[in-house]
Amino acid sequence: MIEVSGVGKQYGDITALNRLDWAIGEGEWWGIIGPNGSGKSTLMRLLSGVEQLSEGAITIRGVNIADYSRKQLSRMMAVLQQEGIAPVHYPVREVLEMGRYPYLDWLGRDSKDDVDTLIEGIMDKLELHDLAERPLDELSGGQRQRVALGQVMAQEPQILLLDEPTTFLDIHYQQQFMELVAKWRKEAGITVIAVLHDLNLAALYCDKLLVLRDGRAVGSGTPAEMLTAERIGYVYEVDPVVVAHPSNGVPQILLTRQV
Amino acid sequence: MSKKLAGYGGIGIVLLVLTLLICLGIGSVALPVKDIALIVLHRLPWIGDAIHPTWNPSFEQIIIKVRLPRVLLGMLVGAALAVAGSGFQGVLRNPLADPFTLGVSSGSAVGASILIYFGMQYSLIGAWTLPALAFVTGSVTLWGVMALAREGGKIPTNSLILSGVVMQSFLGAIVSFLTAMSKQTVNEILYWTMGSLSLRGWSYTAILLPYFLVGFLFIWSRARSLNLLSLGERQAAHLGVNVEGLKMMVLLVSTLLTAAAVSMAGVIGFVGLVIPHVIRLIAGPDYRYIVPLSAIGGGIFMVWADTLARSVLAPTEIPLGVVTAFVGAPFFGYLLYRNKKQRRGISS
Repeated sequence: MIEVSGVGKQYGDITALNRLDWAIGEGEWWGIIGPNGSGKSTLMRLLSGVEQLSEGAITIRGVNIADYSRKQLSRMMAVLQQEGIAPVHYPVREVLEMGRYPYLDWLGRDSKDDVDTLIEGIMDKLELHDLAERPLDELSGGQRQRVALGQVMAQEPQILLLDEPTTFLDIHYQQQFMELVAKWRKEAGITVIAVLHDLNLAALYCDKLLVLRDGRAVGSGTPAEMLTAERIGYVYEVDPVVVAHPSNGVPQILLTRQV
Repeated sequence: MSKKLAGYGGIGIVLLVLTLLICLGIGSVALPVKDIALIVLHRLPWIGDAIHPTWNPSFEQIIIKVRLPRVLLGMLVGAALAVAGSGFQGVLRNPLADPFTLGVSSGSAVGASILIYFGMQYSLIGAWTLPALAFVTGSVTLWGVMALAREGGKIPTNSLILSGVVMQSFLGAIVSFLTAMSKQTVNEILYWTMGSLSLRGWSYTAILLPYFLVGFLFIWSRARSLNLLSLGERQAAHLGVNVEGLKMMVLLVSTLLTAAAVSMAGVIGFVGLVIPHVIRLIAGPDYRYIVPLSAIGGGIFMVWADTLARSVLAPTEIPLGVVTAFVGAPFFGYLLYRNKKQRRGISS
């Protein structure tokens, strides 16, 4: 579905990403992992089309990403940022409706007839009904992140990019968030690409992982293949212990105290 | 959405019409509201024929020749400045941005006063010369202010306001210099520095109207995109907004509106700051309301300010820019204070 071939990105003299090749299949859930400064966020910005490539090409369904208009791209791909949505004074329902922007014609009419049903359905799924008329700037971080997820759902994309979406959430909201994405993917068959800091969450939810270090791909494959003590030790410069999750066997990373 | 707009818009238009009728009656000769309403209706197509003149003919002269063009020009100037203000605030995501504080008004005034100084108001493209050059110098000023304020790709509020002040002082000095240098045209240039709607006939209104309509409709049509922009630039791009194109176009059109208003009435500060802000407090953050309601509110505000300017110390006229500054500058101070308090609240 998405082909990344020979992609590089330089900022001045600094190379943030170096000749990356990567193929993403329809309906897969990919996690991108790697230490700070390894090029994860750069890769996300290139995939979402907000920044230009220095070299190489990214194609989605065979078409170069630069040849899509901003609106065409947004009908296909939605992005959820780490910090979610700015705490603006719009009620939750209107923030969700903003997700329909790429589908509006110049008179503001939606190409879909039944938008209200869509929005109601999203509010059901995310339990946002009680918050519908509350302004966003009065909500907690976890609630705001749920609204942000609702907005990208309203966008009805086929590809979802998540940029460290759980960073500012406690474990309750982390799990809730990941479960909601997993459920959405199961129902709508979307392709998910997520930058994740939490390796254990990545192992639990992703089908495949792309491991980056210093702007280069160190490997890609299933969590079981990627999350070995040796590879994690090399990439993050730590000395981890990898154990199998007691209930489903996926690898989980434990750190060891040094002093 | 349309119900809410109809409600607020309806109230706004009623207030606007009342303002028109009342302010037309205030002046050296006080006129009754009933006569004013009949005279104005008489001039409208279709219904005009049904009304038979029962009023003093000299009243009609005062209304049609003197007061009506002035009041209508005031409405247009106020509306243009307020819409420009809402455009600047939307793009820069900064409630302290307005044509005056950004220095755009002063920039336009420099272009206008250079033309007047050399007596070339009607050269090249006739009556359109002044607004056109005011637009050019206003745009250059805006570009300069933003270049000065930019810190690593971002434009922080404080440095934006500072650069605006710097630009404004410098450009104000140019205008004052031209005023001092010129002998005969001294009064005319002084208009630009203090703002005035006096001695403006129908031709001014006729020039400003198309400028205003095009600019207003364009910015209103971008309201939905400006709403998305308030979520953050990256967020807006992800939702399908062409962010750079939007910012460029709205800034240019806002500057165009400012330049048109300034070349008609001179530098009138704070309208573009106060009005969109008050509208935001009343109707919320949605630019689909803020833009049209600011146009109405700006019109009402400006007509009242002008009525005060010409009647409080009559027959002496207070410069219009002085009146709006008396209202606007304290309001600006209040916003700065609140802004400061909010930031302290976040950091503590």
